Amino acid sequence: MNLPAHLDRLRREIRGYAIDYGLDFFEVIFEVLDYDRMNEVAAYGGYPTRYPHWRFGMEYEHLSKSYAHGLHKIYEMVINNNPCYAYLLEENAPVDQKIVMAHVYGHSDFFKNNVSFSKTNRKMVDEMANHAARIRRFMEKYTVEAVEDFIDACLSLEGLIDPHSPFIVRERTRDDGNAEEEETAPRRLRSKDYMSNFINPPSFLEEQQKKLDEERHRAKRFPEEAVRDVLKFLLEHAPLESWQSEVLNIIREEAYYFAPQGQTKIMNEGWATYWHSKIMTEKALTDAEVIDYADHHSGTVASHSGRLNPYKLGLELYKDIEDRWNKGKFGKEYDECEDSRARREWDRRLGLGREKIFEVRRLHNDVTFIDAFLTEEFAVTHRYFTYQYNKKANQQQIASRDFKSIKAQLLFQLTNHGQPFIFVTDANYRNRGELFLMHRHEGMDLKIDWARETLRNVQRIWHRPVHLQTLAENRGRVLSFDGKDHSEADSADVASADAASR
Amino acid sequence: MALKIEQDLNRFKQIVRGRIKKNLRKYITHGELIGRRGKDLISIPIPQIDLPRFVYGPNQTGGVGQGEGEIGQPVGAGEPEEGSGKAGDAPGEHILEVEVPLDELAKILGEELELPDIKHKGRKQIISEKDKYSGVATAGPESLRHFKRTYKEALKRQIASGTYDPMSPRIVPIRRDRRYRTWRVQREPETNAVIVYMMDVSGSMGDEQKEIVRLESFWIDTWLRSQYKGLEVRYIIHDAEARLVDQETFYHTRESGGTVISSAYRLCDKLVRDEFPPEEWNVYLFHFSDGDNWSQGDTEECVRILREALLPATNQYCYGQVESPYGTGQFLQDLREAFAEDERVALSQIEGKDAIYASIKEFLGRGR
Repeated sequence: MNLPAHLDRLRREIRGYAIDYGLDFFEVIFEVLDYDRMNEVAAYGGYPTRYPHWRFGMEYEHLSKSYAHGLHKIYEMVINNNPCYAYLLEENAPVDQKIVMAHVYGHSDFFKNNVSFSKTNRKMVDEMANHAARIRRFMEKYTVEAVEDFIDACLSLEGLIDPHSPFIVRERTRDDGNAEEEETAPRRLRSKDYMSNFINPPSFLEEQQKKLDEERHRAKRFPEEAVRDVLKFLLEHAPLESWQSEVLNIIREEAYYFAPQGQTKIMNEGWATYWHSKIMTEKALTDAEVIDYADHHSGTVASHSGRLNPYKLGLELYKDIEDRWNKGKFGKEYDECEDSRARREWDRRLGLGREKIFEVRRLHNDVTFIDAFLTEEFAVTHRYFTYQYNKKANQQQIASRDFKSIKAQLLFQLTNHGQPFIFVTDANYRNRGELFLMHRHEGMDLKIDWARETLRNVQRIWHRPVHLQTLAENRGRVLSFDGKDHSEADSADVASADAASR
Repeated sequence: MALKIEQDLNRFKQIVRGRIKKNLRKYITHGELIGRRGKDLISIPIPQIDLPRFVYGPNQTGGVGQGEGEIGQPVGAGEPEEGSGKAGDAPGEHILEVEVPLDELAKILGEELELPDIKHKGRKQIISEKDKYSGVATAGPESLRHFKRTYKEALKRQIASGTYDPMSPRIVPIRRDRRYRTWRVQREPETNAVIVYMMDVSGSMGDEQKEIVRLESFWIDTWLRSQYKGLEVRYIIHDAEARLVDQETFYHTRESGGTVISSAYRLCDKLVRDEFPPEEWNVYLFHFSDGDNWSQGDTEECVRILREALLPATNQYCYGQVESPYGTGQFLQDLREAFAEDERVALSQIEGKDAIYASIKEFLGRGR
């Protein structure tokens, strides 16, 4: 664990610069690894100890193969923990090690200060080791296959959490349920008998009755409202053995721990890249290292085949924000200025840039970051575009350079980490304890074969038949799996059959 | 240094093996594996080892990119390679390619088809010497002490001398109980084998028929290679005449002439006699045709050569009749009649790719 003297010297130097710039980080423990160990640690997501599972083996195989073929090299790996752990690749040149260290201090500052991470477990290294110990114990007791098999099912659903839920505080008042007396019949307006049919027309009353029934039915429904945190729902209501609950709980806990990283990829990588370039170009670089630094840095921010690179987008946005706040290019007066030359040359010499980006890194996540700070000028300057798949040509093609669509597309793909929204809507479907899930369709279809396989895993946890309502090729469909067979129905048919059965 | 990941890696490999086994019939039939061959490894695409999730369908999402280009211009495929790597968390669309040693593949084939190991012919064999720790001695270095055997000796002695008490089963070895591992020189027979593939390349054998032969011979090779240390392969094609050719030519020659099967058998007999004397070699003969022969007279000649020359020299002679729209399929009938009870003859009718599986089992299932 002791860093060799020459690297420790570099570490102290870089750490000093980071502090001078005002970075506020968890201490970082660096470890030097050879590439074999690096691939191993990377396969475990950076954690020294994880629970045993074949997919880590697969990841390792993949990493070590592609390393052997020269397809990739892991430069940097850092984990959100207090202290942070980070790894240096033994074979790297000193200039690479300096870049990595500077980059890592950027990440550590981000982990410590960004609000998305405020609820994460900062002793996750220990927690992961606990998870590993517990799962090993289950494996000894219930066999490796049984436990691993169950983990497979849980992992298949690990995305079904509500990443915002750690921030939602729900206060329930006791008298919520019986605040009002339940109405069972529609209210009639008072009228003379002979006027009754006019003032309270039977058709109207009937309609009201229907609405009331529906409402009462909804109130009886379980869950009362659609549930986003499917894993939690399963934990609380699926008929699991206690070890299975524990396994599911572990998977869920890790999913919540990792969620903020998914929500802040652009911001976090942009921030780390911003700081490594700042520290290196302004402080740490020696004359002899300039070429190697430039090579490494341009590799980090290169966009390949036109695709978006989060390192680059993040870096450029921070630089743009810093520049705008330095020059006062914000606020009512600037926004309303229509003289393009005046806008370009706008400079109120406010010097608020540095302060602003520190604030941004504290308060935003990728969605709000893009929403608040991606301007039309920025998109034009950096030549952003949207692309779409063209079926005829069987390729992705540039679709538009229109600012609105660029922003909309970016926000869309960042929302929920680009994953579909799935909710539990009924846990007593058909009054038979079957589980009904709903996919909220937002313009894109699910990959149906995967959805079926995933549904199979939901069933393994729920035990009773499970259903998923979705929209595919403009047709409402309900996919079902009963433990043996898959089936599918038009959702219109399902809805009417369902109504009839009630 | 031992890696912790080892256990997970093994588990992964075990799962992959299971998948291969499950899909073996498909692999055998579709031939997606051939052409992916390295020297000792074969790369096999495994579908869906990824954990399924609720995700959007492919090519629906589109995205945002950066750079020059007109509207309608293609955007290069392939995910962006990031400057700094990260343990992958994106469930990709990819099919996993795994490399499996051919030996392992043969083992899977053997298990799935329930192929018995081949009993090598007990003729003159090339012998190699090898030291193996398979003996036990009463003296030796402490580092080679055989604990289990030592305790066994002690137990024997205690029972014999009546000092063993089952209620308090304490066993204390003394000096003369000690046993040590020791090596013995093992003379390992190194058996060699030769496969001779013969194929009719006359006009009636189309591409589809040849593809079947190619697939079937790949699996035969793979299996026999796992059974013998040295394996030679020879190829003979024939129409009205027979020629010894290389593998490439074997699969890609097409002639328009007629078919005289005996020409191939005669050439095969000469090849075996000259180069692979059966006292030293395990000889396997495979012949594929669509069952047409020039004349009934030539078929009789074939049966004679087989009976007198080839069968005595071979472990097994296999004839695979690949159905073609042009063939009468008579040859198989004739062989059936001539060699109904002969253990050394395996016959199989291969109607299409789906029949390859059963055909391989027929050919290799006797363990000869």
